[in-house]
Amino acid sequence: MTDTKPAPTLKGAEIASLLRPSRRSRFRRYLSAWVTGISAAAATIAVFALLSVLLYILIGGIGAISLDTFTQGPVPQGQAGGGLRNGIVGTLILMSIASVIGLPIGILGGVYQLETNTRFSRTLRFFTDVMNSIPSIVMGIFAYLIVVLPVAELYPGHAFSAFAGGVALGFLMIPTVMRTTENILRLVPIALRDASLALGATRWRTTWSVVLPAARGGIVTGILLALARIAGETAPLLFTAFGNLDFNVSLDKPIDALPLNIFNYATSPYENLHHLALAGAIILLAIILVLSLASRYALKNQTIE
Amino acid sequence: MAEPSTTLGLELHDASSRGLAASLHLPKQIGDRIYKGVLTAAAISVLLIIIGLLLELVLGSRQSFAAFGLKFFSDSDWDPNGNKFGALPFILGTLYSSFWSLVLALPISIFAAIFLSEVAPRWLERPISFMVELLAGIPSVVYGLWGLFVLQPWLVKHVEGPISSSALSHLPIFGDTPNGYDMLAASVILAIMILPYITAVSRDILRAIPRSVREASYALGATKWETIKGVVLPYARAGIIGAVILGFGRALGETMAVTMVIGNAPIFKLSLFQSGYTLASVIANELSEASGLYRSALIEIGLCLFIVTLLVNIGAKLLIYYTAQDINAVGRKG
Repeated sequence: MTDTKPAPTLKGAEIASLLRPSRRSRFRRYLSAWVTGISAAAATIAVFALLSVLLYILIGGIGAISLDTFTQGPVPQGQAGGGLRNGIVGTLILMSIASVIGLPIGILGGVYQLETNTRFSRTLRFFTDVMNSIPSIVMGIFAYLIVVLPVAELYPGHAFSAFAGGVALGFLMIPTVMRTTENILRLVPIALRDASLALGATRWRTTWSVVLPAARGGIVTGILLALARIAGETAPLLFTAFGNLDFNVSLDKPIDALPLNIFNYATSPYENLHHLALAGAIILLAIILVLSLASRYALKNQTIE
Repeated sequence: MAEPSTTLGLELHDASSRGLAASLHLPKQIGDRIYKGVLTAAAISVLLIIIGLLLELVLGSRQSFAAFGLKFFSDSDWDPNGNKFGALPFILGTLYSSFWSLVLALPISIFAAIFLSEVAPRWLERPISFMVELLAGIPSVVYGLWGLFVLQPWLVKHVEGPISSSALSHLPIFGDTPNGYDMLAASVILAIMILPYITAVSRDILRAIPRSVREASYALGATKWETIKGVVLPYARAGIIGAVILGFGRALGETMAVTMVIGNAPIFKLSLFQSGYTLASVIANELSEASGLYRSALIEIGLCLFIVTLLVNIGAKLLIYYTAQDINAVGRKG
């Protein structure tokens, strides 16, 4: 600043004060920096909450897991030992039933959204979003009303069943599968479909042999994400699958599930059951993590450019 | 397009040649008709499930409605043994815990969204976004487990204890002796659970705002915060309100984590240190053993929960949808 010639009426100190940011401007910059810091703190809180939950489950649960956890069933209350075999097998069975119900409807519905663009199809898409936000416990009541109660009336002595739990979870899967399928199918170049149709293929043939194979990875992603979503569902199972102290694989009887185990054991007064609940939480989180990571992997291997 | 020349074996199935193709290639047209029918049936099943759900809930709650009428919603007596059912404590408990969860989660999630969208460099933004998504993927029952063994003891020791031994305990919301199984624990855990949803949706909305809008503000000499406050947030306001309502809807229907920490007492008090009950929790705890009028009352509670979450979510979706349309429209113009 020394080589600039000041106007004769201004002294050096006055120029300096003019070049310095005014008090107002400094305040504005400080405020901006502060609020930026606050936003960083807010993000830190979210990350801290996640780490707190994950680390607690990991540290508490790792010590509680042993071979018995996977091979033993529950023991009478108050006794030591016992495992989560029934719950693990039950959860896998429930997820299979849910897939049989939810996947065909979800995938076909996604293809429908790709093939049609009418006011009606847009309304249906809106309702798919609405269905996605129905609380899972309400979907559980639905399965209870259309499966558990009619069965109890027709066959006295029977009520809760693995099938009822699978219906509840299957319905919960539909919107996720439908939306991801549609979104991924939209990425398939329209030219590919046109080429197939121009060669004389029918529409269903085009979908089956051209569109679906091209989008295979993406559809698998949708399926895995939907499975990850329902794996931890507990509320709808309380009055459908119900839980079972005995080992069960038949669909017409009550069945145990991992989330039900976690709930029952965590709220019990016994210390060893608390450890078992933590072990169950680790296994459940591991299942969900594997499904989520696999879904990312499936998307990466997507053939669509 | 030229006439379909069947001699070359070409078969056209476009709309333009539908009439001719229909007569020439009947079998394939039937295949496509079946195809369309199956697809439509799958898509419509969503509508059928929602309508069926509503119908079943209404039918199931007939008995309760006949017995109590509208008093069901204003009566606070819940006595399964005496066959007296009033849902008021559950309705208030649900609204109260969801309200406080929103008060806690709202500032954090909006500032976190601002951080992810406006402030953080890319190398920091991606892992934090990933973590927020992980937070959303943890099942409710695992949050409940954590709430029961980590959050609750911590709250009793470091929050509820100090407050109830200070002058603040004269306020109605901090009255009563804390026991841990209370509204506060439920609200905090709900806040943690809805935080990732509000953050993720708000972040996406902020990101959709065209860059030129921000650059115009910077060019006028505004600081980062002035740009966010004066340009970015007003632009995204309706969408962020939608995201918040979406989080509120999620809090209303959240079941397991709340059930594990709220204390499950069919009473409602203003104090955050008092046990309570919510619509979803009472269904989770009691439906599997209920029958007759008791069951019908619980199903009516389910109907109530369904309708409230439906209205809240449709409102939020419409807000977000129209904001996205606005942003797109301006983005195209710019």
